[in-house]
Amino acid sequence: MESTAARTYEHIVRAENLSVSFGKVRALAEIDLAIGRNEIVGLIGDNGAGKSTLIKTLTGVIPPSAGRLFIRDQPVDWANFSVRRAHDLRFETVYQEKSLGEKQPLWRNFFVGRQITNRFGFIRVREQRRIANEILQRQLGFRGVGIDADSTVAKLSGGERQGIAIGRAMHFDADLIILDEPTTALAIKEVQKVLDFVRRIKDSGRAAIYIEHNLAHVHALADRLIVLDRGRIVANLRPADLSLEDLTLFLIDLQKTKIEAAA
Amino acid sequence: MSDTPLKHPIPALNPRAAIKLEGLPIIIVFFVLIGLFIFFAPTVFLHWPIYNSFLVTIPPMMILSLGLTLVIAAGEIDLSFPAVIALSGFLFAHVTRTYGAPWSAWIGLLAAIAGGALIGVVNGLLVAVIGIPSIIITIGTSFFWSGIATVLSGGMSYTLQRLTGSAINGIFSGTLFGIPTEAFWALGVAVAVWFILNRHRFGEHLLFIGDSREVARVVGINTVRERIKLFTLMGALGGFASVLLTLENLSYFPTQGQGILLSALAAVFIGGTSVFGGTATVIGSVFGALIIGMLDAGIVATGVAGFWVEVIVGLVFVGAVVLHIGIDDPARIRQLQRRLFTKP
Repeated sequence: MESTAARTYEHIVRAENLSVSFGKVRALAEIDLAIGRNEIVGLIGDNGAGKSTLIKTLTGVIPPSAGRLFIRDQPVDWANFSVRRAHDLRFETVYQEKSLGEKQPLWRNFFVGRQITNRFGFIRVREQRRIANEILQRQLGFRGVGIDADSTVAKLSGGERQGIAIGRAMHFDADLIILDEPTTALAIKEVQKVLDFVRRIKDSGRAAIYIEHNLAHVHALADRLIVLDRGRIVANLRPADLSLEDLTLFLIDLQKTKIEAAA
Repeated sequence: MSDTPLKHPIPALNPRAAIKLEGLPIIIVFFVLIGLFIFFAPTVFLHWPIYNSFLVTIPPMMILSLGLTLVIAAGEIDLSFPAVIALSGFLFAHVTRTYGAPWSAWIGLLAAIAGGALIGVVNGLLVAVIGIPSIIITIGTSFFWSGIATVLSGGMSYTLQRLTGSAINGIFSGTLFGIPTEAFWALGVAVAVWFILNRHRFGEHLLFIGDSREVARVVGINTVRERIKLFTLMGALGGFASVLLTLENLSYFPTQGQGILLSALAAVFIGGTSVFGGTATVIGSVFGALIIGMLDAGIVATGVAGFWVEVIVGLVFVGAVVLHIGIDDPARIRQLQRRLFTKP
């Protein structure tokens, strides 16, 4: 891909001292993190540890209260940072359950927010439909399963939805794909599909941030693991240096210290 | 993205889509109704004048229901349009009378639309920025603005007889090829609203906002700005409808918006637009407005006492809504059948 060849940068995204507060609640405190250009980073932590807040800040949904962000080593101006800007910078997010319009056909879901339009803002429906069908058949292999560009999301299974959301991210040629618990509430067979998608992100030379509760999945897929706890990064691990068992024990220990600290 | 054509091109129209033609059930209901009217009152319904009068009386209400279709698609509601009818009508009448020049009615038209849009902006800001549910805030703004209209007009009606034979009257309340011009304006608004909803970026944003505001936000839709635009458009359409109404009567009454609230809302829901947002049918609203507008005169013409009109409107409304649920979600009807007809 010519566009990839032209890019020379060390980190697709780097945060310095990033903090987010909601009123008095500090959701993220002084986060420093850097993600390489072809790195799959697993983000783990309890509910409320700040995982979702972190990715929403990185993708322009939530503005931070302090800190700096660098994308492809270039500083980001918070005043101009938005979901749309993040899209333009080739960041794509696959949210758990919440990134597709249920009642809308797939040809709308693939392109919403960056429709193919004429200069008056009218959508080129035929073209969107054609490309949507192409993504469905070629990239996602939804051939002969009765799903086409006109199907609504409501008719799809959980795995198919995640597939659509990931297919959308791949289509827009993202350099960073963020997956927020993509396998939650999926059947085993569908989980496998999603994990295959994540592997393909790595193989195609892109980076991913992968939030996952299932430690086995994240351990198998990630190049690096970042553990968040109460808004702070408490560990930065390489699965290669740490067996799944050790990882589990480490997290249990973390829980214990938390309970002791509370008591 | 690659531009290579597909090996197996997608058929232009799949058979399921052909059966599910937009608004088809309500179009059938409409023609059944016409058939019934012709059967029971052939002397009235086999002649043009009744249809002519429908094409005069229905357009303002239809234009309102078209705006409402967009509002409801976005999961919002606007109950303040009767106040827009009152205030914009006043602005139109007042400007027209104050400046006697022939062009003053045109300034009045602009003032009416701008006034409606302003009411819409205020609604939009209160809903989208402050976050007050639209069903609540538009009740409040409705009281406020119709009160303002009453205060400004002193509760008086204005006659605009001087506009008889004027260009503006001919354009908005005349005839073209023997058909009332109001009908063309309503048709024009319907076509525009259809394209906005189904083909324009703005309409797609409204559908996603109605579907789920959270999803809309994460796909990069500015939900605040789009909803302000939505209420502004609704207000402007209300202003326009008000001018049509005022020109038709050639007089302004401070109470002229009363009674239109339920009719315009009923037209949207009879048409098959879901109250839950995220989907909407413009063609359904057009036929919904035609049905609502026809029932009144139609029932009286068939010889049923006028007292029964609202009873029948209520029945048609409930029947149409149940019909739409049955078509969109047959499982729900089957569930109901099971619950009603299986013995425990």
